[in-house]
Amino acid sequence: MSIFKKMSARFMPLFVVALVIALAAVGCSQPSTAPTSSPTSTPELSGEITIAGSTTVQPVSEMLAEAFKVMHPKVNIVVQGGGSSVGVKSASEGTVNIGAASREVKENEKGLGLNEFVIARDGIAIVVHPSQTVKGLTRIQVRDIFAGKITNWSEVGGANKSIHIVAREEGSGTRSAFEEMVMSEDALIAKEAILQPSNGAIRTTVAGDPDSIGFLSFGYLDSSVKAVDINGIGATVENAKSGTYPIVRPLLYLTKSQPSGLVKAYIDFVLSPEGQEIVSKDYLSVN
Amino acid sequence: MSRYFTDRLAKYLVFIAGTVSFVILLAIAVFIIKGGIPAFEQIGILNFIFGTEWRPGQDQFGILAMIVGSIVVTVGSLILAIPLGIACAILLAEVAPHRVRQFLRPAVELLVGIPSVVYGLVGLVLLVPAIRQIGGNGFSVLGASIVLMAMVLPTIISISEDSIRALPSHYKEGALALGATQWQTIWKVLLPAARSGIGASVVLGMGRAVGETMAMIMVIGNSIVFPKSPLDPARTLTGNIAVEINYATGVHESALFATGIVLFVFIILLNSIAVVTLKRGTHVQAAA
Repeated sequence: MSIFKKMSARFMPLFVVALVIALAAVGCSQPSTAPTSSPTSTPELSGEITIAGSTTVQPVSEMLAEAFKVMHPKVNIVVQGGGSSVGVKSASEGTVNIGAASREVKENEKGLGLNEFVIARDGIAIVVHPSQTVKGLTRIQVRDIFAGKITNWSEVGGANKSIHIVAREEGSGTRSAFEEMVMSEDALIAKEAILQPSNGAIRTTVAGDPDSIGFLSFGYLDSSVKAVDINGIGATVENAKSGTYPIVRPLLYLTKSQPSGLVKAYIDFVLSPEGQEIVSKDYLSVN
Repeated sequence: MSRYFTDRLAKYLVFIAGTVSFVILLAIAVFIIKGGIPAFEQIGILNFIFGTEWRPGQDQFGILAMIVGSIVVTVGSLILAIPLGIACAILLAEVAPHRVRQFLRPAVELLVGIPSVVYGLVGLVLLVPAIRQIGGNGFSVLGASIVLMAMVLPTIISISEDSIRALPSHYKEGALALGATQWQTIWKVLLPAARSGIGASVVLGMGRAVGETMAMIMVIGNSIVFPKSPLDPARTLTGNIAVEINYATGVHESALFATGIVLFVFIILLNSIAVVTLKRGTHVQAAA
């Protein structure tokens, strides 16, 4: 025992030093990530663009960035995720050149004065189990179901079974977009809703439960779930493009200032026919 | 000289190792507290802990439902795991023939090594549809408790077995010599004598149950409600962090760190209880 006591006395300084180092490391936790772009207006484009935000936009940004880099080999584009709120925040703080969001900019974010570029649109489908006899719902019915006001399928023309709501977690861009377009201040998504942390998990859950209903980005639709008609309009790319399908959200690029130089060249490319062709592989092109 | 040098070197290395693990713990604590303090300041510590509404979009951050959820699934899993675990420990320590034990013991130990996501997957594929047949939508406290039971069992079994085995052999010999049957010996002598170890195994199991995340997210439904029946969904404290941290910013993010603080306090309390029960037990045994 006494050996240990002696030891601890001798090692005390070492111990304290280790503590101080650890605390110091914790203290300076946030390394600043300054934007590293160097926009130039010379015809030979070079430099770096950073994009961060919505995970829905991320894959399409990556494909667009690849194509842009083929055209301009000296340009480097870094694409990060983080979610729509991160996209809005980091664009307004200037820590990235372009923020990405898969929902409209909220009222309380409008004051940030961001420039918005709609690079694509995405439909949100209301999905049920393939065996579900209910083929269509009105937007109001969807709202009342998700708010927990309609709790039985028989109230919307189905079997006498209770409805199991499946939704995304708070903070998800898909959820925000759905809330904005379908729900209202006095009809929030019911607390009883099963919450799943991804589009894929929602699809799996709905595919496994005959009485469930959920919402999915068009990109995730497959034969394991059935998309219901909304106000009599089928959840198809054509209907979403023509504007008749009511639940369509924009995918946005956000910049703090009016884009110039490299960033402008990139956004111009995204909105050009070549860029939109890439976008249309997963989402709805904007022109 | 060189002999003493090696000796001293070993002491240094061992001591550094100890210091590092302590510093890691401290760094984690500091990091979580630092992240959570803004939430406590903005929301208020009481509003945060006793608030019943969690709607980050509406700036409502109350985690009472999650605290209740964590407690309910933990208690549920222990109700299932304690009888099963202690019975299994008795089997391994006293009843089973050597060959059965040789097979069963590694099997139980293997349960610990299975990653929690695999437990969750099995729960999602087998339990959730099965429970849906009983009622509700299948994502439930019941399913979560059953999955947790499987994860807690190895802890309870192995520590309980060890504590039964560690009893002095004259306890058992004395009881048998007095004419007690094997069952009377186990029930009236061995189990009471080993109760501190068994108690500690339960508390350690509880610690594992409270901390489990991935498997819970997959089977519990993550709804922010107070479960009224075992068939209702719920959300645990760990699940709250894991489900929402991806997209959380600002106060929301800080509130998730604050959830971590609450969890941290939970675990510290549980571990202290475990240490105290174990200590008290050794005193009783020494006196006996």
